[in-house]
Amino acid sequence: MSILHWVVLAPFLYAIIIPILFTYMKRVHTGWFILPLPFLLFIYFCSKIPTTSQLQTDVFTLTWIPSIGIDFSLMLDGLGMLFSLLITGIGTLVILYSIFYLDKAKEKLNQFYVYLLLFMGAMLGIVLSDNLIVLYMFWEITSISSFLLIGFWNNRRNSRNGAIKSMVITVFGGLSLLAGIILLYLMTGTFQISEIIASVQQNSIMTDPLFILAMICVLLGAFTKSAQFPFHIWLPDAMEAPTPVSAYLHSATMVKAGIYLVARLSPVFAVSGYWLWLVSIVGIVTLIYGSFFAIKQTDLKGILAYSTISQLGMIMSLLGIGAAGVHYESETTYYIATAAAVFHLLNHATFKGSLFMVVGIIDHETGTRDIRRLSGLMQVMPITFTISIIGAFSMAGLPPFNGFLSKEMFFASMLNILEFNLFNMQTWGLLLPIIAWIGSIFTFVYSMILVFKPFAGAFKPEKLATKPHEAPIGMLISPIILVSLVIVIGLFPDLVANTILSPAISSIYGGGSYDLHIYHWHGFQPELFMTIGVILAGILLYKTREKWTTIYRVFPTILNRLYDILRFKTEGSFNSLTNRYMVGSLRTYLIYIFSFFVFILLLTMILKDGFTSDLSNLAPIGAYEIGLSFVLIIATISILFAKSRLTSIILLGAVGYTVSLFYVVFRAPDLALTQLVIETVSVALFLLCFYHLPKNARKKESIPFKLSNAIVSILVGLVVMLIAISSYSNKLFGSIAEFYVENTYKKAAGENMVNVILVDFRGFDTLFEIAVLAIASIGIFTMIKLRMGGKKSENK
Amino acid sequence: MKINNLVLQTVTKIIVFLIFLYSVDLFFAGHYTPGGGFVGGLMTSGAIVLLLLAYDLKTVRKIFPVNFIYVTALGLFISFSTGMIGIFADKPFLTHFFHKHVHLPIIGETSLHTAALFDLGVFLVVVGVTMTIIQTIGEDD
Repeated sequence: MSILHWVVLAPFLYAIIIPILFTYMKRVHTGWFILPLPFLLFIYFCSKIPTTSQLQTDVFTLTWIPSIGIDFSLMLDGLGMLFSLLITGIGTLVILYSIFYLDKAKEKLNQFYVYLLLFMGAMLGIVLSDNLIVLYMFWEITSISSFLLIGFWNNRRNSRNGAIKSMVITVFGGLSLLAGIILLYLMTGTFQISEIIASVQQNSIMTDPLFILAMICVLLGAFTKSAQFPFHIWLPDAMEAPTPVSAYLHSATMVKAGIYLVARLSPVFAVSGYWLWLVSIVGIVTLIYGSFFAIKQTDLKGILAYSTISQLGMIMSLLGIGAAGVHYESETTYYIATAAAVFHLLNHATFKGSLFMVVGIIDHETGTRDIRRLSGLMQVMPITFTISIIGAFSMAGLPPFNGFLSKEMFFASMLNILEFNLFNMQTWGLLLPIIAWIGSIFTFVYSMILVFKPFAGAFKPEKLATKPHEAPIGMLISPIILVSLVIVIGLFPDLVANTILSPAISSIYGGGSYDLHIYHWHGFQPELFMTIGVILAGILLYKTREKWTTIYRVFPTILNRLYDILRFKTEGSFNSLTNRYMVGSLRTYLIYIFSFFVFILLLTMILKDGFTSDLSNLAPIGAYEIGLSFVLIIATISILFAKSRLTSIILLGAVGYTVSLFYVVFRAPDLALTQLVIETVSVALFLLCFYHLPKNARKKESIPFKLSNAIVSILVGLVVMLIAISSYSNKLFGSIAEFYVENTYKKAAGENMVNVILVDFRGFDTLFEIAVLAIASIGIFTMIKLRMGGKKSENK
Repeated sequence: MKINNLVLQTVTKIIVFLIFLYSVDLFFAGHYTPGGGFVGGLMTSGAIVLLLLAYDLKTVRKIFPVNFIYVTALGLFISFSTGMIGIFADKPFLTHFFHKHVHLPIIGETSLHTAALFDLGVFLVVVGVTMTIIQTIGEDD
């Protein structure tokens, strides 16, 4: 095991001892024990930056299930490094924040931190694993731990519903991802990502019929996890989670797992035009949808949730356009989209994390997150206000923050696609920059709402449940660190450009290093005018928003309603479907069974042309047989039309005795003897049952006629008869009875062949038949004798 | 019902032994002529059922102070152990052994066969099962 393995497993191992720490160290907030772990991991990853920035990729393999090619192999390259730094870095800050956010007396901290560490370990596993099955395993652990964290306050109905919703949607995507992984395995013969990429470069799998299917399956997984349209609906409902969870999972890490997957598998799928179009269109639709509906929200976390959806859509669309870079080697224009994607990924994690923490502070200090009740908090919470203004301005894409840089790069790459001459980009590609631009205007508007609605205006403490005041310093440390990063990256982007970002780009595309320089000022380019346009239009829309926000009444929440229909209505209709055929009546079930029996056998007979009749093998028919058959048929038919049950019983006895007479005629004395005695006993038992019937049931009229019964029974009889005739006509080989005839005396010292077969040649069957009899008798004994509590429970 | 069943009871006293003897004959003759443990067992329980009809459950229980579930168990045990003989003799399970011509005192020349032991097990099981069923149902109110 390498150090990297220990790094991934450390959160899981540490999670084991958290309950112990929680139980025996009551006086200290459990979070303090957790804090060092992500910090140490962060330091470890920082120490590895020099390695990855020189594009060295180390693969560490630990054998797990070698027989089917599943190894616990980890790989640390530029992309993994970027995500690992985000996970551990923001993880540290979130845990620090949660120490002050969660009350140590009221909350179940042991559960919270166990879930959080499980999540952190799983997330590290996703971004570091080189084996797709291992990646899938960690993928599902993030779904499960996210489910647990969203439902952390499980006494609230909304928390439970949100948790179930996110679970259903992400697990649906997860399973689809598994299907995609298996399809990839079928095409390439390996689960190792590095080997898959290598084999893709050698022989094109694009022509493989499974290629498109695998791509769609993988993309479904990525889109559901990253809350892309139309699978985004779980993210706003996941805001019922504690705010540190929202900050960590639903802005910085888990929702980027899908982005990671798309980036990681870009080298496999990017050669196809479908990938480019699918990823970028879904991304751009998500972008505009999320930013448009964020304005509608009145809950601060709701705004942030839709904003996250929109920003994730932006990153996704950039990755889609960046896929075009595969087709043009060595031209910087084409990887600028990918650079923008990874850069915005980093920026979004910083400002969105800080904004969530700010919202958490507002919630914590005022008791509400509703923007209609909040105003004028600037006076009482100056530090929080400063943090939020930096975060929101960066989100809106204003200089000098880092959001400005990545938004400029976003516009630049959207404009670039007009120059692509592949996959019809020149004609329809024009729509993308326009949609992106409109989406950015909405982004600007909701960012302004986020800052100015709660903080500006008149201070109205009477609307609030508690008297608001500035947050404790401990809660402010994490957002301050994050917004400092926003400014520092904004002012000195080259700090991260060539150390972290360009190795990430090169691991998305492979090959050599990408020289990346990010400038604030690059002359009067079209993207600058686009930004100015965004600001102007945004201010205009923000000022007039009361006039036009009424249009939101026109847009119903179709997708959520669809989900509700799928979840609740289908449950009801499946219930009624089940109730319709599982009626609880044995007669109906027998009809099912017999109809199926008839259907399958008749179908087989017809399809295989199975009916044959061969008359050459038949024995001559004697007078006795004719007579007995006549009696048998009469008796059998009379049973059906008998009026009283007593008649039926006696007729059944007649059938039994006739059968024993048949045994006599066909020279089976043992069978005849046994049949006589057994028939007597069973008729006696029938009579016994009859005399215990309730009085009014004894004299029932004859069996009521039902057409379905008649048809089914006639068909069953017919089918069995046809099969009997056909199989008799198709004797493929002779009997083995010769052996018994020869050896009954020679080898077994007996002359009654039936008995010798029963006790000697095939005594094993007899042994278990007497066991069956014994069980039957004990069963009857227990049913009659042991009526424990039967009457008591009736009284209850 | 206590009608004087003198005729029935007297006839039963004679017939029961005849039936029993017939059942024993069926059992022992099974290897050479029709019969065997199954029919033999059924006949024996038929004899006991006749006693039940002529007298009543208490009287019959006095005559046969046997728990018939034990009879079933004993029968299963005998059949199974007969099979185990084969195992101990280093042969497959349920291998039978026989001597065709053995001189026994009183009976004279006869043949001995472990299959008869196996059949004895079947016989006991059938008697036990039949009697258990009839007694349990008969005792039930």
